[in-house]
Amino acid sequence: MIPDRFEYVAPSSVAEAVGLLQRYGAEAKVLAGGHSLIPLMKLRLASPRYLVDINRIRGLAQLQEDDGTLGVGALTRHADLETSELIRSRYPLLADAARVIADPLVRNMGTLAGSLAHADPAGDWGAAMLAVRAQVVATGPRRDRTIPIDEFFVDTFTTTLGPDEIVSEIRVPKPSPRSGGAYLKVERKVGDFAIAAVGTYVVLDEKGACRQVGIGLCNVGATSLRAKRAEETLRGRVPDEKAIADAARAASEECDPASDLRGPAEYKRDLVRVLIGRALRRAVQRAKGGA
Amino acid sequence: MGHRISVTINGTVHEAEVESRLLLVHFLREVLGLTGTHIGCDTTNCGACTVLLQGRAVKSCTVLAVQADGREVMTVEGLARNGQLHPVQEGFFEKHGLQCGFCTPGMMMSAYALLQQNPNPSEGEIRWGISGNLCRCTGYVNIVEAVKYAAEKMRATPAAAELERS
Ligand SMILES: Cc1cc2nc3c(=O)[nH]c(=O)nc-3n(C[C@H](O)[C@H](O)[C@H](O)COP(=O)(O)OP(=O)(O)OC[C@H]3O[C@@H](n4cnc5c(N)ncnc54)[C@H](O)[C@@H]3O)c2cc1C
Ligand code: FES
Ligand code: FES
Repeated sequence: MIPDRFEYVAPSSVAEAVGLLQRYGAEAKVLAGGHSLIPLMKLRLASPRYLVDINRIRGLAQLQEDDGTLGVGALTRHADLETSELIRSRYPLLADAARVIADPLVRNMGTLAGSLAHADPAGDWGAAMLAVRAQVVATGPRRDRTIPIDEFFVDTFTTTLGPDEIVSEIRVPKPSPRSGGAYLKVERKVGDFAIAAVGTYVVLDEKGACRQVGIGLCNVGATSLRAKRAEETLRGRVPDEKAIADAARAASEECDPASDLRGPAEYKRDLVRVLIGRALRRAVQRAKGGA
Repeated sequence: MGHRISVTINGTVHEAEVESRLLLVHFLREVLGLTGTHIGCDTTNCGACTVLLQGRAVKSCTVLAVQADGREVMTVEGLARNGQLHPVQEGFFEKHGLQCGFCTPGMMMSAYALLQQNPNPSEGEIRWGISGNLCRCTGYVNIVEAVKYAAEKMRATPAAAELERS
């Protein structure tokens, strides 16, 4: 399978890339890891006239902490997150998610930023970023915009990004004391998208009650979803078995899965319930200093 | 419009004028005649087309040839040196790590990349490392044995053997 004809341009700075997007408008597409876009182009489901390859821009592959946040660059690959000591030791939810995305070959190319920009509800990073309340930094012709992840996804494959904006960075809040996270996914076979997956993040107070709760759901709705009611159910409570079961039930009720080749909606709802229970238990255990 | 690209493949610089939509795997197989890299699914699922791009194992059916401009690529043809098989190749031979052989080039490139990063992988880590490569024949057991064999051999004869081969 061969993509339709297109013009390839490889700018060397973000400003140049934005200039090209401004000039070509909706006819242009950014090429990051290419592992969503190139398969679509080969199937001719996407046929951009211009491909703006950002892979030659220097300084976009960072993965480091500064003033209160973790910065993940537009060219930081899934594998960079998977193998990073910083991520493994301080961001267990991200570490869990990175290792269950696709397969090692895809992870060597695909980027977190590209995954969010693609806005596939089956993308794992969407759910993970909702759970940790990340922010998306978009660079356009005028100035950078910082978009809370809750405002980023509009619909399936649709975000609030303008046609002349590039995701230049993702910012993840640094973990608070007594915090823990986990990401769990069930897939039909290794390398596949999730039947359903969930990300959970909790911050406990001195008494062991949940001061903060973040729950993201993957592939059980038109976009990556925040399980708002499940979060509310748990906030302020000590996360004992009863509280966790209540939150898990709330999440399974508020998600909106479709029946498809990966299973009937009813099964996916129950899978969400089971996964939320497991992921919350693991997050709480980690918040208390466990592995 | 054509793009003039220059790609270092298995240590040799290749220059060519290519269409922007040419896939790296087609560049290797059709332009350069390096047919060791296979095309299995063409839908980014099987890993038969695995090559190393800047040292990382990738599916060359999902990379554009123009993306490899100025970069280093290693294909299965780059494993053997001076007529001597690489320990990874030897492992597949000794441990019967293939039946039809279709997946083998990609499997070996993933194994090679894994052993560069992790010279002493556990069985679980080997299975994890090759999980982007599908084999429809072997059931993987002997492939895992082949990679174990290669790991042992490479640990026993590290730098000196590499130097001798090069
Ligand atoms: C076989 C296979 C299995 C997969 N399994 C999974 C899985 O289990 N879980 C999962 O989450 N993903 C999975 N993926 C998708 C993979 O993670 C992609 O890499 C990812 O979704 C897109 O990232 P990318 O960098 O490759 O983006 P690209 O393919 O380069 O781009 C995707 C889209 O985002 C836009 N874009 C990219 N970067 C930017 C940017 N910086 N600014 C603005 N727009 C941008 C592009 O224009 C394009 O529209 C799988 C892919 C394959 C091929
Ligand atoms: S041919 Fe490239 S992944 Fe199958
Ligand atoms: S040996 Fe036949 S596909 Fe692997």
